[in-house]
Amino acid sequence: MILGTVSVFERDGIYQIYCKAMQEDGMGSLYTAYEELKNKLEKEGLFDVKYKKQIPKMPRCIGVLTSNTGSVIRDIINVSTRRNPNCYIKLLPVPVQGKGAAEKIVEAIEIMNKNKLVDVIILARGGGSLEDLWPFNEEIVAHAIFNSELPIISAVGHETDFTIADFVADLRAPTPSAAAELAVPNIADIMLELEKYNNRFKNSLKKKIELMRLRYEKCMTNRVFKEPLQKINERYILIDMKVKQIQNSINNKLKDNKTQMVELITKLDTLSPLKTLARGYCLTEKYGRIVNSVTKIKKDDELELRFKDGSANVKVI
Amino acid sequence: MKKELNFEDAMKKLEEIATELEKNDLDLDTSVTKFEEGMKLSKECSKMLEEAEKKISILIKDGDTITEEDFE
Repeated sequence: MILGTVSVFERDGIYQIYCKAMQEDGMGSLYTAYEELKNKLEKEGLFDVKYKKQIPKMPRCIGVLTSNTGSVIRDIINVSTRRNPNCYIKLLPVPVQGKGAAEKIVEAIEIMNKNKLVDVIILARGGGSLEDLWPFNEEIVAHAIFNSELPIISAVGHETDFTIADFVADLRAPTPSAAAELAVPNIADIMLELEKYNNRFKNSLKKKIELMRLRYEKCMTNRVFKEPLQKINERYILIDMKVKQIQNSINNKLKDNKTQMVELITKLDTLSPLKTLARGYCLTEKYGRIVNSVTKIKKDDELELRFKDGSANVKVI
Repeated sequence: MKKELNFEDAMKKLEEIATELEKNDLDLDTSVTKFEEGMKLSKECSKMLEEAEKKISILIKDGDTITEEDFE
C-alpha cells in the first residue's frame, strides 16, 4: 500500500507516483508481525496442549495482573466475590499498554512465580485496538507465560480478540469477567457437591444397615428362634400321650379284674349255702363238720343246726 | 503447622469413599469406618470454605521486597 501523489508525464503518457509512505499489502505491519510470531511460536510448541497446566478447582488465592485502575479489576473482583464471598485476590498492577508494558508484565509473572504468591494467575486487559493490545503479542510475554509454573488464565480484549498471550496461556477466557468465573469456583455449587457426597455416604450406610436388618430378620424367622419351645412342647405332648396310654392300660386292667371279681362273687353267691338257708332249709353240723347223711349220726349225738338267722344245738333221740 | 487440606485431593477422596461405600461388598464395621472418614473429610472441606476470609489486596513492589496492602 502506497501513500503519495500521482502525476502524468504528458509527452510519453506515463503515470508517475511520488511515494510518501509504503506498507505491505494486507492487514498492516502489526498484523504481519503478529502472524509471523504466532507461526514461529506455534512451531516452537508454545501453544501445545500437552504443556497446558490444570487450573486448580479450589484456588486459595488468585493473582490478577492488570491495571489497578479501570473496569477490568472491578469486573474481576465483582464476579469473584459473587461466586465466592470469601475469595482471596492479590492484584499485582501492571501497565497493559504502551512502551515497556510487556517488560512489566513479564516481571510480574516472574514475581508471582518466584514467591509462589498465588495458586492461579489471571492476566487481563479490556478491549482495544491491535496496537493497544500489542504488549500481549510480544514474544517475551509469550515466553514468560509459557515458563510460568503457576497456571495462567488470559483474558485480553473482547471476545473476538485473540492475542499471542491467549494462545500460550493455560486457559483463554473471552473476557476478564469470564476469567474470574473460570478461576473462582461457585461456592454454592461446591457446597452442593459436598452435600451430595454427604447424602451418598448416608444413603449407602442406611442401605447397608437395612440389608443387615433383613438378613437378621430372615434368620429370626427360623423356627428355632421363633418358637424355641415348640420342640420341647412336642416332647411334652409325647410324654402326655404315653402317660395316658399307661393310665389307660392300668385302668383297663383294673376294670377287667373288677368285672372278673364281680362275676366270681356272683357265682360264689349263687353257690353259697346261705341262700339255701334263706329258703327255709337248715344245715346240720356235727363237731364243726357238715352232716350230709343220716348214717353219720347216732343217738345222743350233739348237733348244731344252722338257720338263716342263727344256730341251735340239738341232741339226737 | 497443620498440613493444609488440598481441596482437589479431598474431593477425589470423597468420590473414592462414596464409590467404595456404594459397592456394598464391605462389612458393616468397614462401612461405618469409611462413612465416618467421608463425613469428616466433607466437613473439613465445608469448614475450609466457610472459614476462608474475603481479602482483596494489592501487591506493591519496592525493589526486591513485595508488600501486601488492602486494595479496597
